[in-house]
Amino acid sequence: MNIDLYGFGPALAAGTLMTVKLALCALALGLVLGLLGALAKTSPYKPLQWLGGFYSTLVRGVPELLWVLLIYFGTVSLMNRLGEALNMPGLELNAFAAGVIALGLCFGAYATEVFRGAILAIPKGHREAGLALGLSKGRIFSKLILPQMWRIALPGLGNLFMILMKDTALVSVIGLEEIMRHSQIAVTVSKQPFTFYMVAAFIYLGLTIIAMTGMHFMEKRAARGFARANQ
Amino acid sequence: MNWEVIIKWLPRLAQGATLTLELVAIAVIAGLILAIPLGIARSSRHWYVRAVPFSYIFFFRGTPLLVQLFLVYYGLAQFDAVRSSALWPYLRDPFWCTVLTMTLHTAAYIAEILRGALQAIPRGEIEAARALGMSKAKALFYIMLPRAARIGLPAYSNEVILMLKASALASTVTLLELTGMARTIIARTYLPVEIFFAAGLFYLLISFLLVNGFKLLERWLRVDACQGR
Repeated sequence: MNIDLYGFGPALAAGTLMTVKLALCALALGLVLGLLGALAKTSPYKPLQWLGGFYSTLVRGVPELLWVLLIYFGTVSLMNRLGEALNMPGLELNAFAAGVIALGLCFGAYATEVFRGAILAIPKGHREAGLALGLSKGRIFSKLILPQMWRIALPGLGNLFMILMKDTALVSVIGLEEIMRHSQIAVTVSKQPFTFYMVAAFIYLGLTIIAMTGMHFMEKRAARGFARANQ
Repeated sequence: MNWEVIIKWLPRLAQGATLTLELVAIAVIAGLILAIPLGIARSSRHWYVRAVPFSYIFFFRGTPLLVQLFLVYYGLAQFDAVRSSALWPYLRDPFWCTVLTMTLHTAAYIAEILRGALQAIPRGEIEAARALGMSKAKALFYIMLPRAARIGLPAYSNEVILMLKASALASTVTLLELTGMARTIIARTYLPVEIFFAAGLFYLLISFLLVNGFKLLERWLRVDACQGR
């Protein structure tokens, strides 16, 4: 195998950067959506419960690739109309934005269940203690529930992030220049498909290892002060 | 929403759905068969037995399915030895490439499920089997594997649903399964929202049927009677 990758090394590095950017942006959107979904699902109001359930069931039942395609191609007419209304002709969703929305949506649907489990795992007494201290509902959530949820939800979110990072490859289908897209371009020039897709595979493996290491330290930090029962 | 278009193209989408079902069915059954030796080897006590399945599982779980699919479909053609081999008519065909990739991919995940299930069997049950004079192999086939099948079944049903969704990637290697069919129809009608919506409904329907089918299977295998002890 050629070490200089036929001059495509810098392009692949740029693709890796794009993949990381895409994954982190989708993660941010997904965390917000997941938290909102979990709050909706655990709220005492029926319509909100129904909405949260509808979101997580619908999004989890349809392939990620279909969401990417639907959001990229399906919003063209919508964005056109919006562009006319805002007097900005030619308004469109670029591949990066569509990818962030689609992957964030899918991450959020799974994160909804992870966060919901975390909320349910916090003893009822903690909330009641907050009420007894005269804290408002919002403060109970932000000061009591949310910090404790983090430790419980972290392993589940870590798994979801690994899945998300691999799903970023799907966005190459709508032309975003991340690792896969750059590999495809390199293949058309060099006629060495196996070499370049193998390089792409090893970049993803490297990213996974980095994410795994990061998760390990975050979990260790989040679990400080908690003794493990089985050790 | 243009309902007439959806109804008009439903038969073609259903045709795509049958190909999707075919891909998923072959992959999850062949993957299960491949995963049994992998999972058993993965839970071995000896590191040299564990090493090969460990690296296999690490590679297939750590890289995107799309990369694996491209490696098999486009990548293998780089080698003259593959192109002149007897398998070339199969490895040239997108259907067999997708089936092969999905099988290898899902086998890694199922092997990991199986390992978890094998390790979750209470030690006393294995010791009881050995105390009754069963050989290691006999205990594995008559006690451990049937027990692991029941412990791992819920996770296996998740994996089947994930493979159903992963099969959408087959559309990137020109297969006309549900997503591929939807993209072809959209290229003709220019109605992405309607057609993708209809395809999404098909996926929801299939996963709903699969979830309920596995519920029946769990009842038939009496999974709940084996748990909660």
